[in-house]
Amino acid sequence: MTARATSLETGRSRAPRTARVQRLADRYLLLVYTGLAVIYLLLPVAIMILFSFNDPAGKSNFVWQGFTLKYWLHPLAVNGLPEAVGLSLILAFLSTLAATALGTLIALALVRYEFRWRSATNSLIFLPMATPEIVLGASLLTMFVSIGAAPFFPLWFGTILIAHIMFNISFVVVTVRARLAGFPRHLEEAAMDLFANEWTTFWKVTFPLILPGIIAAGLLAFSLSIDDFVITNFTAGKTQTFPMFIYAKARIGIPVQVNVIGTIIFLVAVGAVALTTLAQRRSRST
Amino acid sequence: MGTLLKRHRWIAPLALLAPGILWLLVFYVWPAFQMFIASFWSGSLETGFTFSLSNYTNYTEAIDQFSEQYLRSIVYAGTATVLTFLIAYPLAYTIAFKGGRYKNLLLFLVVAPFFTSFLLRTISWKIILGDGGPFLGLFKDLGVLPEDFRLLATPIAVISGITYNFLPFMTLPVYVALEKVDIRLVEAARDLYAGPWRPGGAIVGALLGGVLAGVLGVVFAWSWPLMAAAGALAGGLIGWLLVSESFVRVTFPLSLPGVFAGSLLTFIPAIGDYVNAEFLGNPETRMIGNVIQNKFLTQNDYPTASALSFTLMAGILVVVAIYARILGTEELSTGGRV
Repeated sequence: MTARATSLETGRSRAPRTARVQRLADRYLLLVYTGLAVIYLLLPVAIMILFSFNDPAGKSNFVWQGFTLKYWLHPLAVNGLPEAVGLSLILAFLSTLAATALGTLIALALVRYEFRWRSATNSLIFLPMATPEIVLGASLLTMFVSIGAAPFFPLWFGTILIAHIMFNISFVVVTVRARLAGFPRHLEEAAMDLFANEWTTFWKVTFPLILPGIIAAGLLAFSLSIDDFVITNFTAGKTQTFPMFIYAKARIGIPVQVNVIGTIIFLVAVGAVALTTLAQRRSRST
Repeated sequence: MGTLLKRHRWIAPLALLAPGILWLLVFYVWPAFQMFIASFWSGSLETGFTFSLSNYTNYTEAIDQFSEQYLRSIVYAGTATVLTFLIAYPLAYTIAFKGGRYKNLLLFLVVAPFFTSFLLRTISWKIILGDGGPFLGLFKDLGVLPEDFRLLATPIAVISGITYNFLPFMTLPVYVALEKVDIRLVEAARDLYAGPWRPGGAIVGALLGGVLAGVLGVVFAWSWPLMAAAGALAGGLIGWLLVSESFVRVTFPLSLPGVFAGSLLTFIPAIGDYVNAEFLGNPETRMIGNVIQNKFLTQNDYPTASALSFTLMAGILVVVAIYARILGTEELSTGGRV
């Protein structure tokens, strides 16, 4: 009571009150906003998961009708769905493998060596990421059509694979390079001083150190590949991947099983990221 | 050891680069060139195509006929880019400076939508924005929206879809840039009497809040002056309370490279997108991507389609070149990823 009286007397009561509001705003306003933003980001994912438990009346799965587990029990019981999912998985696996290898080599060269054409190489890495997907797909299609012969035409699994490796390389380079940038070169020099040759040094020292970067790049490539629709649509012909299956069904009603598969992919991806993060944390703490 | 390698130092980088670079040359550069050639074709898939420079008319005709879709793509992608900036900046700021031990978790939540199919996320928005969906249904039940009001199949739905889908592309580069800001510079500014930025913050906040709320009012057919006034009041108050001089003069300028990279990474996929326009829009909201994919995949009209997409690519490359001049390619390509 007395403290308040003095502050009134000196006329300072306004300043502390503003400061208090300020502190409250500082502390909570941005946090509340961030919470809302995260909800906004995850809302569509939540809807997708929720509607995998829906029991729609007709073909279209747009209105909530009631809870059921039956689509979770038979997640592949739709014509063409298992083939499409299988194809997407194989595609993602192969393109990740190839793009991660090619991209890691480029990243090593970019970080390790000084050479002419360096900025040209950088531009060539950057350009595919700066080109809209539709242009990437369209230009590949034009090339395949103008060649007009096997193995490029008619379009098949191989042409999709070519496209996926192409757009994944740049993302791998960028991810691995970021990891290599702070690389402890003296460890390699120590290995060389201890009579390890370049080959041994690479596999025993360099590779284990950049492995987390390579894994991160691989995960990124896999998720880009398994989700790609636009470029695939241009290079697939009659072949149907999982995203293309969704797109084709979008006009006539998407089967609930698609939501089930989507949810499974989401959970597996989240799990994979969580596992690698944990593994990294553990290896850093030992 | 390795005298051969020492004498020919160029062998090692060449061997590392060759396979990947070759792949990009054959399957990125060559197709782009081939598309340029195809834009001077005439003929059809059945009769075969012939090349002639006089077919430059492909360009003039295509642009003549589809200038509306080009313009619409620029407007939609531009609006979405501004919106992603407004949504992403405070988010990235909070994660970078107030994230504490939840920083990684928050970053993970920002990219988590990418683990779901892009198409399924867009279809989810179709459910959320649907005429009887959770969002509109509630407002209609409350009586604040007329029964025949709809968001689906309007430009608003398309722009919101694009904004949502590319939001992480803005958030991550801005976060990376903010994360790099040396906190000591901010402290130095405070030591030099940088205090709250009250009048400026209030004015900027009021303007932003007023415009946003006013537009929202127009969209939902509410009384927009009232909305604008409320928005201006709220925005002004927030700006007055939160914006400091050290932010305006140190943190924000230092984060601009991230904002540039983010706006590029958002604008480019947005301008070529056709999935949002197709799922959430109507024939009146068709973007240039819809035209290109229709010409290529349904009508097999390769010459016009090539001219259209080459124009799109050339336009984007000009923008990218300007950006690269300002930022440098290395900064641009690393600014985008964590």
